[in-house]
Amino acid sequence: MKKVMRVLIKKGRIIDPSQNIDFVGDLLIEDGKIVGIERNIEIKEKIKIIYADKMWVLPGLVDIHVHLREPGEEWKEDIETGTKSALYGGILRLACMPNTKPPNDSPEVTLYIMERAAQKAYVTIYPIACITKNQEGKIITEFGRLKEAGVKGVSDDGKWVQNSNVMKRALFYAKNFDLAVISHCEDSTLSKGGQVNEGFFSAKLGLKGIPTSAETIGVIRDLILAKETKKSIHLAHLSTKEVIPFLKWAKEEKIPFTAETCPHYFTLTEECVENYNTLAKVNPPLRTQQDVIAIKEALKEGLIEVISSDHAPHSPLEKEIEFELASPGMIGLQTLLPLSLNLIKEGYLNPLKLAEYLILNPSKVLGVIPPSFKREAPAEVIIVDPEEEYILSEDMIKSKSKNTPFLNQKLKGKIKMVIIKTKIFDLSN
Amino acid sequence: MDLRIKQLLDIASFSKEEIEEFLNLAENLKEILYRPIPKVPTLRGKLIVHLFYEPSTRTRFSFEKAAKTLSADTLTFTGKGTSIEKGETLLDTIKNLEAIGANLFVIRHPMAGAPHFIAKYSKVPVVNAGDGTHEHPTQALLDLLTVKEKLNTLSDLKVAIIGDIKHSRVAHSDILAFQKMGSNVYVAGPAQLLPDPKEEDYYKISKNGFKVCYKLEEALRDADVIITLRIQKERHEEVLIPSFLEYHEFFGLKPKHLELIKDKAILMHPGPINWGVELAYEMEKYPFQVILDQVENGVAIRMAVLLKLLTNEKGYESFN
Repeated sequence: MKKVMRVLIKKGRIIDPSQNIDFVGDLLIEDGKIVGIERNIEIKEKIKIIYADKMWVLPGLVDIHVHLREPGEEWKEDIETGTKSALYGGILRLACMPNTKPPNDSPEVTLYIMERAAQKAYVTIYPIACITKNQEGKIITEFGRLKEAGVKGVSDDGKWVQNSNVMKRALFYAKNFDLAVISHCEDSTLSKGGQVNEGFFSAKLGLKGIPTSAETIGVIRDLILAKETKKSIHLAHLSTKEVIPFLKWAKEEKIPFTAETCPHYFTLTEECVENYNTLAKVNPPLRTQQDVIAIKEALKEGLIEVISSDHAPHSPLEKEIEFELASPGMIGLQTLLPLSLNLIKEGYLNPLKLAEYLILNPSKVLGVIPPSFKREAPAEVIIVDPEEEYILSEDMIKSKSKNTPFLNQKLKGKIKMVIIKTKIFDLSN
Repeated sequence: MDLRIKQLLDIASFSKEEIEEFLNLAENLKEILYRPIPKVPTLRGKLIVHLFYEPSTRTRFSFEKAAKTLSADTLTFTGKGTSIEKGETLLDTIKNLEAIGANLFVIRHPMAGAPHFIAKYSKVPVVNAGDGTHEHPTQALLDLLTVKEKLNTLSDLKVAIIGDIKHSRVAHSDILAFQKMGSNVYVAGPAQLLPDPKEEDYYKISKNGFKVCYKLEEALRDADVIITLRIQKERHEEVLIPSFLEYHEFFGLKPKHLELIKDKAILMHPGPINWGVELAYEMEKYPFQVILDQVENGVAIRMAVLLKLLTNEKGYESFN
């Protein structure tokens, strides 16, 4: 007789945006599937019970913007270490960006990633392919064959498709295959050579500034193309208050779009680049306090409704060098949830809404069934202590790279346990 | 007074009092340059390494002359003929030169913040000899010294800086330095070469201390000091002005401007000069043109900087 594996999570605060529920109760998992979700579940037989008093029980987070660096830059990160870091961050599915070496612009590279994921990954990977061959902004990639190989969306991440006609073509063609189109909005004719936000700190450090207009013009063009093609566009990692009025306008016009931001854009300001701190060099750049507040307001209003990490690992070879030579980006898988929890504390979002931004909405953008506690759904469960405080040490970071301004800083909110189907990961130590 | 100034990275991090210390010391030291044997033993045995990752004539030779006058040993290092060409990182270069025995680094680098980067990792003092489009603090100090000598004051002056402000590290250091000493700085030039409106807050450190002018005349009117700048063409990624001919016509300093400025207003230029672009060649004959005085004062300022960073205050007073 086959042995049934059962786990009962008791008395946790269960938050499931796919069913719009938030209550204290019990969750029963059987053979890797959700079988019960009630105020109180009593089981007579002896089974594994996890007591989750004062804990939050959530479906796994979905991170739509991650750089895993494999293939080609494995000294920074690989599929194994990146997904392990994701697991420790409560992220059980992630979309990996195509700016690998070679870039993911062909089914062969996608299949390589899928194969490596099958062998090494701790969590589910959704590859994102390039919009154009070699991210050159000229010839669109084989969306059909890429989709068959496992791709969920396309993006020339880091390189905005500057040619509007190519972008329009890509939006049309993506309709044939129901692929998400993700855009890193940046008019590089304005941002070329830029290092930090244009303003006080570009003057102070004598570095070329990146004006907010580079991002705003990108957003406006992409929204207009989405309107014209009637194909939804996903606007990645928005950073500036200047784009917000245009998001509002797009909502009024019923233009199909979704907008995303990252914890660093609602947590940090440009002051972090003081004294040429390369850990705070990121693209788009950290902006001002007014931008931080506007991004939080936009989250509250639902103009921005996806939060991603934009996890961008770099080794000291890319960071302990001259600022202008340093690569932009910071790691973020293990800080995504703790930093996002601040939005609740500050009154911008309630827990259910935050869960929607971290789980449900990114799933919708990628066109996948979201992680859920509906009966018969595969178990993808994270148990979080939202109150636990700790210092983020190098040892705790499972990524190969440690490039984050939050290193050795105090964080609040810790992933205690993860359940993926029949596997239980106890992360409390 | 803090005797332990360890770095000279930028004017931004210095107070008026600290700037005055450098100026006073330079004024005292300048006399050495006129002695029959212009050399003192104060820095004997100290090794000063000049790292010049970018071309330089005045600054490099001025630092070398300052070091030699003080009897320091010098090593001068340019990109060519070194391991930079083999791909050695700046950090490794610094570590190796420290192992060889460097007591102080003077660095010029095309990237802003390179001296600050070295200072983070190095145990010995670092002097910024110009970093990208950031700052050139010793140039600002020698400009202050020159103005102080010629006009006997550094306060309540109107200083006009004309030209490519955006890409000029000299302008960036001068804007802060003259304001810190109590003067007002007016900048003018093609608007695309002036600070962005969002950047003005940084440059304005006193209420009426800084103004961006779009008309040359506004900056020049009743000015006590005029600093003209070279167009930093090598730092422009694209063509930013239509022609030098047009530049000269609308932004070059010419004899006709003399009626706007104050009597005996002094004319400065950090060099190298492109005559016929930022300065009409007739201006060389202007009696209050002090361009070579600046160069001479550069040596005195750099002597002061080296002494201040390598010895304690008693060390240099005792030989005076």
